Amino acid sequence: MASTLWIGTRKGAFMLRPDAHRRNWRLAGPQFLGHIIHHIVQDPREPRVLLMAAKTGHLGPTVYRSSDRGRTWREAVRPPAFRKAADGEEARAVQKVFWLTPGHSSERGTWYAGSSPAGLFRSADGGERWEPVAGFNDHPMRSRWVGSGTPDGELLHSINIDPRDRNHLYLAISAGGVFESSDGGADWTPLNEGCAADFLPDPNAPYGHDPHCVALHPRAPDRLYQQNHCGIYRLDRPARRWERIGAAMPKSIGDVGFPIVLHPLDPDIAWVLPMDGQTVWPRTSIGGKPAVYRTGDGGGRWRRLDSGLPRSQAWLTVLRQAMCTDDHLARVGVYFGTTGGEVWASPNDGESWRCIARHLPEIYSVTHAV
Amino acid sequence: MSCKVHIPSPLRSYTDGAHRVPAEGATLAEVLSSLEARFAGIRFRVVDEQSRIRPHIRFYVNSREVSELSAPVGSGDTVHVICALSGG
Repeated sequence: MASTLWIGTRKGAFMLRPDAHRRNWRLAGPQFLGHIIHHIVQDPREPRVLLMAAKTGHLGPTVYRSSDRGRTWREAVRPPAFRKAADGEEARAVQKVFWLTPGHSSERGTWYAGSSPAGLFRSADGGERWEPVAGFNDHPMRSRWVGSGTPDGELLHSINIDPRDRNHLYLAISAGGVFESSDGGADWTPLNEGCAADFLPDPNAPYGHDPHCVALHPRAPDRLYQQNHCGIYRLDRPARRWERIGAAMPKSIGDVGFPIVLHPLDPDIAWVLPMDGQTVWPRTSIGGKPAVYRTGDGGGRWRRLDSGLPRSQAWLTVLRQAMCTDDHLARVGVYFGTTGGEVWASPNDGESWRCIARHLPEIYSVTHAV
Repeated sequence: MSCKVHIPSPLRSYTDGAHRVPAEGATLAEVLSSLEARFAGIRFRVVDEQSRIRPHIRFYVNSREVSELSAPVGSGDTVHVICALSGG
């Protein structure tokens, strides 16, 4: 079965399929034209299964499930939703399902979802019926952990499952910070030591940070990488203090961005796509010159990769779910989609780039499926 | 009590394309439950988990806008579901 890039956009879902050399790509779709698609994720335990997080401009949020590699879709019987509030309680409602993560390999059919406002949800039946995870959603500290009032609402994302322990979970909230559970989500603790939070009055606050994307390496699960509002970080457990590996980025570029993606085998290799985080935060390519940066030594050094990318006047924005790698282990493919509707591909670890789709709607996610 | 419900285009994937469907109920809440029983999933797209009408959804009973799910619906009434969308 050939690879597929699933493209989630503000106006529907698209697919890109390559030839054997990943040179020519065929665009298919749209599916769900007009729907807002935040995330499309394949189930590695059951590759025929994909879940899609969707809503429309007027209708409430939901999840669709495919069991035939995306040919047909069926809506969840019970989409993610907060529990009914008791009298006097804050009555929360899911505004969007923002993030999807398959559960542990030993828990076939288990999925996690993150929402805005920040909520964690779990399905034990392949995404048909979702339950709120009370250990997070009703945690006595939740209202203090989240609630910094970002314009699109706070986002719960980057749900990572330790492949050695199904009860060891991480999640991230923009803004709120990174949180860890060692008991399957029954309790959570902040995990933000070492991360800057320039926008907070207390630079050493235990929470309130703004992680944009957190990724755990599947082959070295003690290693996590984080692209934060305030820098790029690495954490090697059991340590609890993040190291700012973005300090090694060129000063003229800085270390602000949305996505961070990891090599499928080598835990020392990661890619980021820096953006302009100065003054009023344009969040565009720095100087209108887009570039990917790759580290091959865990963040000690970074190399600029811009061959084939526009040389000037290209003000791209790439959101946190809109960058991914594929599973070609000899020469990993790296991909990103822009809010201007372009998809860029590199078949060689980021060394050179080609635009493989343009004129799409605003891209929210780019994910790889086999 | 029987009524008719006008289904807007964003919700017709639930009604197999039908523009107008019959429903039962003496209140808007009951009418929506009646719809949900036939067209699973439709209610949650227009009413949230706290039983609040979603921000960009409007309901009319005949020509009168109603803002509460407890609003009465009479036999022979027509319920309109309006989806409000703006911008690109």
